[in-house]
Amino acid sequence: MNALNLLFQFADNFAFVVLAAVGLAVIFGMMGVINLGHGEFIMIGAYGTTLSANAGAPLPVAMAIGVLVTAVMGLILERTIIHRLYDRLFDSMVATWALGLILTQGMRILFGNSIPQVSTPLGNIAYGEFSYSTYRVLLLPVALLVLGGLYVLFTRTEFGIRARATIQDPDTARALGVDTDRMYTATFVIGSALAGLTGALYAPTLTVVPGMGSSFLVEAFVAVVVGGPSVLLGTTLSGGLLGTIDAVFTNLFGTFYGQIAMLLTAIVVIRVLSDGLTGLVETVRNRVEGE
Amino acid sequence: MSGKRSGLSRRSFLATGGAIGGAALAGCLTGGGSGEETVKLGIIEDRSGNFALNGTPKYNASMLAIEELNEEGGILGNEIETFAPDPQSDNQRYQQLTRQAINEENVDALWAGYSSATRETIRPIIDQNEQLYFYTTQYEGGVCDSYTFCMGATARQQLGSVLPYMVENFGTDIYTIAADYNFGQLSADWVRVLADENDANVIGEEFIPLSVTDFGSTINNIQDADPDFVMALLVGANHTSFWNQRTSAGLDVPMGTSTVMAQGYQHKRLDPPAMANVYGGFNYMEEIPTDRNQEFVSRYYEKFPDAAYINEEAVNNYFSIKMYARAAEAVGSTNQADIIEELEKGMDVSAPEGDISLQGPVHHMTHNMRVFRCDEDHTITVEDEQQISEQFLSETVGCNLRENEETTQYVPADYYEEADATQE
Repeated sequence: MNALNLLFQFADNFAFVVLAAVGLAVIFGMMGVINLGHGEFIMIGAYGTTLSANAGAPLPVAMAIGVLVTAVMGLILERTIIHRLYDRLFDSMVATWALGLILTQGMRILFGNSIPQVSTPLGNIAYGEFSYSTYRVLLLPVALLVLGGLYVLFTRTEFGIRARATIQDPDTARALGVDTDRMYTATFVIGSALAGLTGALYAPTLTVVPGMGSSFLVEAFVAVVVGGPSVLLGTTLSGGLLGTIDAVFTNLFGTFYGQIAMLLTAIVVIRVLSDGLTGLVETVRNRVEGE
Repeated sequence: MSGKRSGLSRRSFLATGGAIGGAALAGCLTGGGSGEETVKLGIIEDRSGNFALNGTPKYNASMLAIEELNEEGGILGNEIETFAPDPQSDNQRYQQLTRQAINEENVDALWAGYSSATRETIRPIIDQNEQLYFYTTQYEGGVCDSYTFCMGATARQQLGSVLPYMVENFGTDIYTIAADYNFGQLSADWVRVLADENDANVIGEEFIPLSVTDFGSTINNIQDADPDFVMALLVGANHTSFWNQRTSAGLDVPMGTSTVMAQGYQHKRLDPPAMANVYGGFNYMEEIPTDRNQEFVSRYYEKFPDAAYINEEAVNNYFSIKMYARAAEAVGSTNQADIIEELEKGMDVSAPEGDISLQGPVHHMTHNMRVFRCDEDHTITVEDEQQISEQFLSETVGCNLRENEETTQYVPADYYEEADATQE
């Protein structure tokens, strides 16, 4: 086993898990809505990016357009459909699943079964007999930046405090003058934009087709469940755990066992730690403080 | 009000369907003369869901073949009718639609399904009802079935054209990456058999689940093994991500394939040079430069100006519908048992790929196989061309459907030591 191979694969897998999950985690963690159309939101981001790039926009601009399109779509869907579904967990699951189906088939009808794809920029890092795509490795710092940015947004800004107040106690927040409706809308738009960002970032390295959303869904849900109730910390921890396990098992035994190991980890974590990794962190912290 | 109207129209629709079905049945029973029968073909091909990209050209080419036949007077003097619902890439829906096609629509012949998993899902229903069925996808091979005609090239034919070419030009060390399901596993077995026959070695193998989109470790593993060439038997939209990732990682070892380009036209969809130095063994790509093919291509795009590509399977649907029409004319009825008997005599077929022939006793085609090369600009050139017959059933297994009724799928591991991975 080559150490650099393992390191790059970890970077690649960690970024994939974090980026696949982060939009879902924000919407679920902050609003209690399980967005089963999350994968399709990612697909919209990828389509926005690829179509803009094909129309001649430089890749970074195309990516910004992809994020914007998904955020605007999130805004429209929140105002028309999602806002009726708060505190209706099962209804929201069925409705967002249906939205996903409509988006997939809608894109197929609008743009056909496939659109011309964008190639991966930035070449490769070569080391000895091996090489790795530079772009895929750079997704790690991007994922960390996204997590850092969200941490600052939700803990260090007035918006973040209002948003968290809305989640913890909407009635009191309203009594103190917080427009909770607007907070919900803003949070959903942020979650949508993050999904769009994931789509934009993966557009040059995955195949952009109407059904591509499903390839993110397993990692996203496993990461959120393994992560537990605390959104940011949970996503980071589960990205780290699942990324490591996937990289090690894939490296030793091949992709098939990498997938099996990841799902087994999820089963074990759910069975042993019902509140996920952040639940464990909480318990440990309480115990330490109690002593 | 509107509900009432639609209820009425549905009832009258059912009545018409019943009448047509009854007429077809009567035709079958009496084996009637020309001009009195209805001919109805079932075309069940995916136009939505996972396989829409591969299924849509199959549907299009079928409609083109039927339109051309109808312009020439149909089959036995009757206009051809179709039962052509969208199975949505869903195997349960395939089962339901196959039953409907056989029991309610009374189709005279059926074309259905893209993947081997779909074929194996509906084949029991087809056999139970003794329904004449054409499966047109290039596939792993080995289906010896009295009611099924496999029109696509088998793995032994596809790999048998490209693998010897790769060994001759690049060397003897082979690394196989294959989709992890029945088709990919059996195709990898065939790579081992053919490697042995061509004095080459498979030095590494990886089976990749269809859900995988990340190929970083696979690429590293290939670099570690350092083969002379890779056989890439990848399937589906997720696996298409491999090509961009391998090019971006700088993995430039030549690659042979039996699955990519000719089915999912990756060379048209991906930005060059993603598919540079990929060699495929196929019976068809729309780039075949012959006059006959170019005329076919222009007819196709005249009818479907917005179509994306004509894949291997589409052409197999096209020529096999024409072949069915000739068999029905020769028999003078649409009696399915008679047509199967007629087809089992064998038939020369003029197809867009060239002049090919049906091997009657095994229900497979001798195909005009070519080795296609994709260069860094994604231009397709023909590197090699030869007629390759179906050999596994006809020579190794000894399947003869003229003599024996069968519905078996044979696998290479039962006949070749090299194909049995458990012995290594």
